[in-house]
Parts: sequence; structure tokens; C-alpha cells
Amino acid sequence: MKYIKFIILGIVFGIVMSKSEAISWFRIQEMFRFQAFHMYGIIGTAVTLGVIGVFLIKKFQVRDFDDNPIQFFPKEKSIFRYLVGGTIFGLGWALSGACPGPMVVNIGYGYFALIVVFFFAIVGTYLYGVVKNKLPH
Amino acid sequence: MREFITQPWSWWFSGAMIASIMFFLLYFGKSFGFSSNLRTICAAAGLGKKTKFFDFDWKAQRWNLMFLIGAIIGGWIAGQFLSNGEPVAISAATIEDLSKLGISAPEALQPNELFSMEAVFSLKGFLLLSFGGLMVGFGSRYAGGCTSGHAISGLSDLQWPSLVAVIGFFLGGLLMTHFILPLIF
Repeated sequence: MKYIKFIILGIVFGIVMSKSEAISWFRIQEMFRFQAFHMYGIIGTAVTLGVIGVFLIKKFQVRDFDDNPIQFFPKEKSIFRYLVGGTIFGLGWALSGACPGPMVVNIGYGYFALIVVFFFAIVGTYLYGVVKNKLPH
Repeated sequence: MREFITQPWSWWFSGAMIASIMFFLLYFGKSFGFSSNLRTICAAAGLGKKTKFFDFDWKAQRWNLMFLIGAIIGGWIAGQFLSNGEPVAISAATIEDLSKLGISAPEALQPNELFSMEAVFSLKGFLLLSFGGLMVGFGSRYAGGCTSGHAISGLSDLQWPSLVAVIGFFLGGLLMTHFILPLIF
């Protein structure tokens, strides 16, 4: 039962991503062509509120549900892996019109073609795991 | 009310909801990052026996798999009960650009040219979908996160590695949109 809250949050996420049309290939194309504000508005609002909220959490040392301090873990400092990995991700994002979350939301929505995309995203992650130590980071 | 719910939701409401989801996950002692699930699925499939990267306590990540299952259910609810069936109202400029690539104007949420069953079972369609997925999966792990982990969680925490990753997302996306898609279609 301790997992029910995560299922509920996932349901809300799925509904929001669908109703905002952020799961649509068309919207992603429109974003990468800079022809509408819609996607920038979604991400911009989320990040603006996120920055304010995270700042407040840190300032007031907010504690979580289990009364542990909410922690943020700094990401490993590097440029290469983020830029190159990010670029590969972006190529796939613009082609399939979906990042990992929207892939599964689409499957639920009824676009079963995304099962192929999601399956190959798992394969891509597996390939990364296999060649990881040979790649510059 | 029904009309209010079934029309597309505004960007500001949707953005605020996404930030709320992130805060709820933080409050529950977790963090918002969806692509970790791909690694968890590999680990749960037993791939950690041969590849060290997948040899970790994946059961600690079950909460995120539950979030994934919820996301599928949420998509289903939206598709079945909350949709008015109207095509995505993208800009006229985008419709014109896409028509030059042979992608017809939206009739629903997704283009038939890519996501219909006919497309999936064609060689070209299948290759496009599989390469798209492959790059998203490989790239997100190489970059250590996807849109949720970097663009939302990382930027909210003002982490510069996440900004570099987001710049990469856009570099790749612009390259695909403006230079590669015209060659493919």
C-alpha cells in the first residue's frame, strides 16, 4: 500500500502530459521549430515554480513525509557526457516526439506504436550499460 | 464542466502541475526522474549478471516503476474519458512545414505517418521508431537523465550540468528537426 501514492502521482502525470498535449509529436515539432510558446510555457512554468520551491525547501530546511531532511544531490561535474549524451537524446526526442515519460503515457492513451519506441529505449539503455566504460564521460 | 476538462489544458496550469508532481515526490523522499526506470527494468530483467551497470538493488526503485504504471493508467484515462477528440491545435506555420515533409495536418494527437499500425509494420516506419527509442534510451543514460531529471529537477536545483544536458537536448532536437528529418521524409 505504500506504493499507492506513487501510482496516483503517476496517474496525475499521465493525465497532465496528455491534456497539455506534451505527449504529441506535433507539439515537439512545433517546439523545435520555435513556432509556438506552448511547450516553452509548460517547461518554463514548471522550472520557475521549481526554482522557487527548491530555494524555499533549502532555506527553511523542509523535512519530508518521514521527517528526514529533503536532500538534493549535486550531479557529477563534467561537460562532455551531458552535451554528447544530451545531443543523442535530443536526436531521438525530435524523431520519436517523445521522451521516456510521454512514451508510456502514449501507450496508455492508445498509441501502441510507442511500445516499439519504449522497447528500443530500454535496448538503448542496455547498450549504454554495456559500452559505458569505453565511453568518455 | 465536462467541456472545461476535455479541452486541452493551458500551459501555465500544466506547468504548475508538473512542478507539483516534482514537489510531491520530494516530499515523499524521492526525486522526479523518469528515465531511471529504463535502467531499473534492465536490472529487473536480470541483465546485472553480465553487466555491472545493471547490478544494483533495483527493488529500491520500485516506487518509480509504480509511477510508470500510474503514467500508463493516466494516459488511458485521458484518452478514454477526458479527450474531446479534437486534433492538436498546432500553429499554421508548423502545419505548413510538416506538409512539405509529407506529414499531413493533425487529425488527432499523433501523426498517422509515424504512429499508425500501418506505419509500425512498414520497414521504414519500424526503423524510425526503433532508432528514435534507441537514441532516447542511450542518450538519457549517457547524459544521466531525461527531460524530467535534468530539465525539471536539475534546473530547479540550479545545477549547471543539467543546463548543459538541456542545451544538448536542444542541439540534438534542432539537428534532427531541421537537417535530418528533411532527408528522411
